[in-house]
This record gives sequence, structure tokens and C-alpha cells, in this order.
Amino acid sequence: MADATNTNAGAHADDATGPVLAADGSPLKSSLNKALRAQKLRALALIAPLLIFVMVTFIAPIVDMLFRSVENQIVSETLPRTVAELGDWDATSETLPDDDVYAALYYDLFIAAEYKNHTRLGSRLNYEQTGMSSMFRRVGRNVGDFGELYLDQFEDLDERWDEEADWAALMAHPGYLEDAAEWRDNRDADRIDPRDTPAPRFRLAPGIADLLPQTAQAYSQYAEFMRTEEQETADEDQPWTLVDTMLYNDLMAASEADIAAYSGPMADALQAAHAAVPEFETATLKELFIESDDEWANLDNWATIKVYAPNYTSGYFLTAVDMKLGPDGMVSQPEDQQIYGLLFKRTLFMSMAITISCILLGYPVAWLLANLPMRSANLLMILVLLPFWTSLLVRTSAWKVMLQQQGVINDVLVWLGVVGDGDRLIMINNQFGTIVAMTHILLPFMILPLYSVMQTIPPTYLRAAKSLGATPFTAFWRVYFPQSVPGIGAGSILVFILAIGYYITPEIVGGTSGTFISNRIAYHISSSLNWGLAAALGTILLGAVLILYWAYDRIVGIDNVKLGG
Amino acid sequence: MKITTALLASTALVVTLSPATAQDMSNEMTIVSWGGAYQSSQQKAYSEPYVEMHPEVTVTWDESSNEAVAKLRAMNEAGNITWDLVDVVAADAIRLCDEGLAMEYDPDDLLAEGADGTSAEDDFGDLIVSDCFIPQIVYSTTFGYRTDMVGDTPPTEVCAVFDLEAYPGKRALEKRPINNMEWALYCDGVAKDEIYDVLATAEGQDQALAKLDTIKDDVIWWSAGADTPQLLADGEVVMGSTYNGRLFSVIVDQEQPVGMLWDMQVFDLDGWIIPEGLSDEELARVKDFVFFATDTQRLADQSQYISYGPARLSSAPLVGQHADLGIDMAPHMPTDPENAKNTLLYNYEFWADYRDDIDAKFQSWLVQ
Repeated sequence: MADATNTNAGAHADDATGPVLAADGSPLKSSLNKALRAQKLRALALIAPLLIFVMVTFIAPIVDMLFRSVENQIVSETLPRTVAELGDWDATSETLPDDDVYAALYYDLFIAAEYKNHTRLGSRLNYEQTGMSSMFRRVGRNVGDFGELYLDQFEDLDERWDEEADWAALMAHPGYLEDAAEWRDNRDADRIDPRDTPAPRFRLAPGIADLLPQTAQAYSQYAEFMRTEEQETADEDQPWTLVDTMLYNDLMAASEADIAAYSGPMADALQAAHAAVPEFETATLKELFIESDDEWANLDNWATIKVYAPNYTSGYFLTAVDMKLGPDGMVSQPEDQQIYGLLFKRTLFMSMAITISCILLGYPVAWLLANLPMRSANLLMILVLLPFWTSLLVRTSAWKVMLQQQGVINDVLVWLGVVGDGDRLIMINNQFGTIVAMTHILLPFMILPLYSVMQTIPPTYLRAAKSLGATPFTAFWRVYFPQSVPGIGAGSILVFILAIGYYITPEIVGGTSGTFISNRIAYHISSSLNWGLAAALGTILLGAVLILYWAYDRIVGIDNVKLGG
Repeated sequence: MKITTALLASTALVVTLSPATAQDMSNEMTIVSWGGAYQSSQQKAYSEPYVEMHPEVTVTWDESSNEAVAKLRAMNEAGNITWDLVDVVAADAIRLCDEGLAMEYDPDDLLAEGADGTSAEDDFGDLIVSDCFIPQIVYSTTFGYRTDMVGDTPPTEVCAVFDLEAYPGKRALEKRPINNMEWALYCDGVAKDEIYDVLATAEGQDQALAKLDTIKDDVIWWSAGADTPQLLADGEVVMGSTYNGRLFSVIVDQEQPVGMLWDMQVFDLDGWIIPEGLSDEELARVKDFVFFATDTQRLADQSQYISYGPARLSSAPLVGQHADLGIDMAPHMPTDPENAKNTLLYNYEFWADYRDDIDAKFQSWLVQ
């Protein structure tokens, strides 16, 4: 600040042609900017803790949540090979995917089932196609048995194919086996905690990856699984039956010369196996899958996997607007499943109705508050604030007692003879009940801004208008009301935005015709666990509010909103 | 000298008796349940006796079971599991197991043998509907009716719900398709063992909704278990579905003019799951507690406080009288032969698949 004043004082004020210069000869403008930048940075540093706090605890979680509405990595992460193989398959064709796809599916599902990821994927896909949840649960139980066909035949050939130590000798690097043995000794003697010091990283035996590429890959994955999930080394258990299937594939593909050239451990067993595999009893994985569960021959299931294979999907948003993502692109949901459009419209309509009833009821109260003597105004203020201090559930349940058919209001009406006992009014479990209960709950949010704005309107204006000949109505309408509009604006925005997100009250008193979109969002968050759809619905709701806010700004002007004097 | 020897001997005894010593176990345990009468029955039957045996343990109860699935997922994503044991209905347990949020267990390893020596797996039998689910009670969703509003012919079968002529007035049904669709099909003439085959088809779903349509204007839809008891007590509805334990307390505790309609009650299960990702110490404590809290006697004890049937076969003969009221509990159990003449078992596999789909249709039908 200090040097800014100095340079300012030394500026050449008489230099009329060029830019105004500071004492050091630099243009005054940039010199000033420089000084101001330091000031701004300091101000920023002061609010930085708050800013970071808001970003970390508020903005980031919301963005993260909303981002779920397009996220869909689960399919490609759980079934990477299948998704790649499915690239060539046309989902609109009437033929099933070919054997390669089923082979890739077997590999993916075997690993997913070991890590227990397959049911999670099943639940995800079940949102789109009914029945996929149990299809994946069933296949998780069966997929481990598919490889037994080959395991049994290898075993019959040579007992060593059943021994973990022999498998490890074939597949693992001798260095790894030494490290593993040492680690095991330490673990068994309790010198290390296997979770703090995981087993040594697996290394393949030299050359085996060229000789038996698929087997090597499957075995490496098995070893990694043992290391991270079981806290064991690869040679402590029999490898997965997936490895046996891959060995069969590799041996069928390998040339006799390559196998004969191999001289490491198990060379004789490999040669014998290579000679025997052409005679093996065999089954394609397509047959095995369909035999275990004919849902795998259902084209709709495959189309769903294909359509939801990309990492990002518009599927959730389409569902949120009563559409569906199919193999042919977007289609409308069947009429008997459309619900969200109706609920969005209803939510907006009812929130507006609640806002308007809040204005109608709140305006006179706020006027009274602002114009009564202090003592009575304070008493009235307490009455306005009282509902704030009562539990939301208590207030809503109280409305139930008041409005139900055997409730207080109906009893009084029947007692007065206004309605007959047989046709008591239905005032709850419908839109009317929701509007009444929510107007009551949100009324303070309308009264308080109105009150604080009205307090600043000098009563002398009204008196002046009247003394100039205005009728009381004209004085109010032409003089008082326009000055209170900023309060109405602030109150309306508060009430409307709160109303749009309410779900407890509509759930309790709304019945079927008085529920909001938020009730569906709550259902998808807590019951169906379809967080993607909940996020999409939430994003749309947020968008709708922002558009309305923008429209409000254009029509009324956001400067015209005041929360106080 | 003698005292030291005695101390040493007793320590040795304790060590040999319990394989996991107290040092290995966490002394704090957070148990999640449903609140209300149900949770207090668990406290009286399970946790209070347990704490008496292990005074070093503090048990905290959290009443979050109705949102346990979402909260567990959120905790899991945040990597901070603060619950040790969670009480959920079986359908939620299956969902949690599918999502990898609940721990799989081996019944014979974790749970006590039955008092008659049967293995835990046989004692619980089919009720272990998921690899993660530790069954506790059998409850049922069934109907209660106002005895003073049904004239001289109290309903004896579930289809009375759809009979507006004989039983005019409002009915309370749960705001979800599960159970309602089954009852609708059953009362529309579908044989009991074909209900789920029919419900799996679009035509069957339409048929069920069409049947529900005949009473739609006279239904109050509930979403909290306490709603129907309140509606019955106030005379708002002539009949309504809810959990049998809630009706028991309306009839027996509050002495309201309400009768039980046991016909076609839908059996469901409630039990524990252990969240995935507990530390060794926490897990050891939870396992110790679960071993105790699910043994034959403890499960039977719970039925002294609430009218839900114990999930163990071996507990059934031990069901006695209500602790405060002194009435025989057996006739109030959903599993009592007199009550269980015509029942339906919640089909978990079916609803795990069809829940999202049928719910969309049901909700869409509801808001029309």
C-alpha cells in the first residue's frame, strides 16, 4: 500500500501525450495493478481457509455425487476382455456373440467371482435389465466348475498337475520361490504381520510367458490374488481351474518343437500333456455357459452388457426423463413405467403452490410484526419462531391428527353438522395435506425476510401518501407494496428451494398424489442403491432450480432481493 | 502363596476356556438396530446379559437399520466402518452381500451348536438365505382389522381386503409392490405355488395391478411400520397390513379392539450382518458376541419381549411367557401351527431380480 501511494505521488501529471507513468518510469496503470494484486492476494489468503473448507466439505462431495450420474466404469473394469471382444458384435443382430466372447467372459467372470465383484456388477445391470442380478449370482457359483473338465483330464494324465508345488516350479521364477519360502517362514514364526509386509511380488519363470502365454497370465493373476487377498504365496494352494483351461488352450496352440525345446521343471509332463490334449474331451465355453444357465443365451442380456460397456453412460439421465438406452439408441419407456416426468412437474407445481400460500399467509403476519408496538411484536415473533424449535416429525404428525378423517377438524365439522358422519372430508394423504403441512413448516422462512424488509420501510411514506389524497388501498399498493417486493423475492426463493427438496413431510402426509421427486431420490439412495439414477434426478432438479433462478433474475432482478435492511 | 497359586490356576483355566483372550478384543461395540420395542427386546435378551458377563465391554446402539444399506455403502466408500454389527432384514442382507459390504461367514464356525446338539447349519436350516446373513427372528407381514367395524362376520381370509362390499372402509397397505402383488394375484384366483411364475410376466404384473386397482381409492399407503397400528387405533382404516409384532402390541399392550388376520401372512427374516472391513480386534469381539447372542437360549429369551419367532429350530420349545404381561407367547407367534395354516414365504431371489422393475411399474401405477 505504502509504495503505491508513493508512486502515485510521483506520477508525471503533465505528460499529456503518453500513458501516465509512475516514479520508476513504468506505466501508472500496471504499477497500480501490481499494488492491488498484492492486496487481493492478501485478502484471498485471509478467506482461503474458509474457501478450502467449503470446497472440500461441500462443493467436492456434491460434484462427486453428481458425477455418478454418468459414471459407468464398473462394466469395463469387471469384464475388460469381454467388453473388448464385444466391440465387433452387433447388438441389433439376432445372433448370439461368438465363442471368443464367451471365452473372454469366462476369464473375466472367473476373476470377478474370486474377488466377489460379479454380484456388484449384477446389481448394476439389473437396474437396466431385470434378471441379471440373479444371473450373475448364479454364474458366480458355477464358473469355478467350468475348468474342472480340463483339470480332471490333466490329473488323469499326471498326478503332478494336482500339486501346487509342481505348478509353482513350472510357472514361478526360482528367485521368487526362494523369497516366498523365506517370507513364509517369517510369517509362520510371527516375525512379520502379513498385512504390513505382504508376500513378495510374483515373478514368472524365464521363457514361460512365450511358451504358455495365456497360462502365464492367468497364473500371475492367481498369484496376485493370493498375495493381496489371502496373504499367502502362490505355491501354497492349487491354482485356479482357470489356469488349467488356459493351459489347455496354450497346448493346443503350441508347436511340438517349442514344447520339445523346453527343458525346465515339468518338461516331461508338458510334453506328455501336449501329446494328449488333441484327444481331450472338450466343450466350448459358450456351451458351458448356456448349459449352466440359459439366460446366457438371451440376446437382451448381451445387448444390455454391450450398451452399458462404455465408461460413461447417458443411461441414468435417460431413465430420469422416462427414456431408456437400448441397442438402437434412445427409446421411450413403456407408458406404464413412466413416472419421473410427472413427478418433476408435480414437484415444481406444488412447490409454487406452497410458495404462493406462504406469501398469502406470511405477508399480513410480517406486516403486523413490523407495525405493532415492540412488546406485542416480540410476543408474535416468538409464536412465529416456535415451530422452528419443534421437531419436524412432531409437527408433521400433528397435522395428521388434525386432518385425518377421524381427526380433530373432521370431528368438529361433524359435530357442527357441516358435513355428515358418512362423508368426512379427505384432507390428508393427498396434495392438499402436503401443501398445508409444508406451508406451515416453511412459513417462518417467508415471514422473517419479509419482516426485516418491512421494518426498514418508514411509516411516514404511507402517511404522506394518504395526506396527498390516496385511498388506503392505493397507498398500500402504490407506495408500501413495491418497497416490500425485495422481501417477497427473498422469501420466495428460500421457500421454493427448500420446498423442492423436501421429502419427509410429503412421505408422511402426501399419500400417492402428494409425493415429490425427492421421495424417489431418497428411495434410490437408501433402498434400491441406484445412486447413479438418484444423482441424475438430483442433477436435473438442480438444473431446474438454476434455470428458475436465472429466469427470476431476468424478470425481477436479483438485486431486488433483500434479506434485511 | 496359596492365593498366588489359586490366581495362577484360575488364570490358566480362563486361558484354556476361551481361546481368544480379552486383550485381543475391542472393548467397544456399536450395534445397529431398528429402535423401539424390537431393539429393546434385543437389549434385554442379548446385550445386557452379555455385558454382565463382560463388564469391560461398552455397547452403543444406533437406530439406523432402515437406512443401513445406504449408510454402509457410504462408510465403505469413505473407508471408515464405524459399525460392528448391523440388524437388517434378509433382503437387505442379500443386497449387502452382493455389494461386498457384508462379511461372509461359516455357520458352524461362527455360531453355537443348538442346545440339542444339532449343528448351527442344521439348526438354522434354510433360514440362512445368504452367505452373509445370520438369522435371528422370523416375523410376518399380515393384516389386522378393527373388530368393531366388521360387523358380526370378522374376516377369516386375506381376500377380505379386496372385498369392499362386505368390509367397506379404508385399508392400509405398504407403499411398495412386495407382498401386495402376491396377495392381489392370490385373490385374483392364481394358485399359491404359481404366484411368482405369474408375477415374472408382464401380463401377471398387470393382472396384479388391475386387482389392486379395484381397491385403490380406498387404500392409505404406509411407509413406516408404526403407521398401520396408529391408523387402526384411530379408526382411520378397517384393516391394514403391518408386522405381526406391531399388531401384537396394539392388541395386547394397548388393548385396542383389533383382531389378527393370519391368513396368507408373509414370512420374512431379520438378522445380523457383520460389515466387511472390521479390524481384527473388533471382529473378535463381534464374533464373541454373535456366538452368545444367537445361541438357543438367547433367541428363545428374545421372544419374552416381542412376538417374533426365534430363527433356531431348537429355540422353539423354549418359548415361554411374556416377561411383563405373563401371557403365553406361543399363540402370538407367526410360526404357531394355529396361525401358520396358510402362509407365504418371501421369495428373496425373485424380488432381488424384479424389485427395480416391478417397483417402477408399481410407483407409476400409484401416481396415476
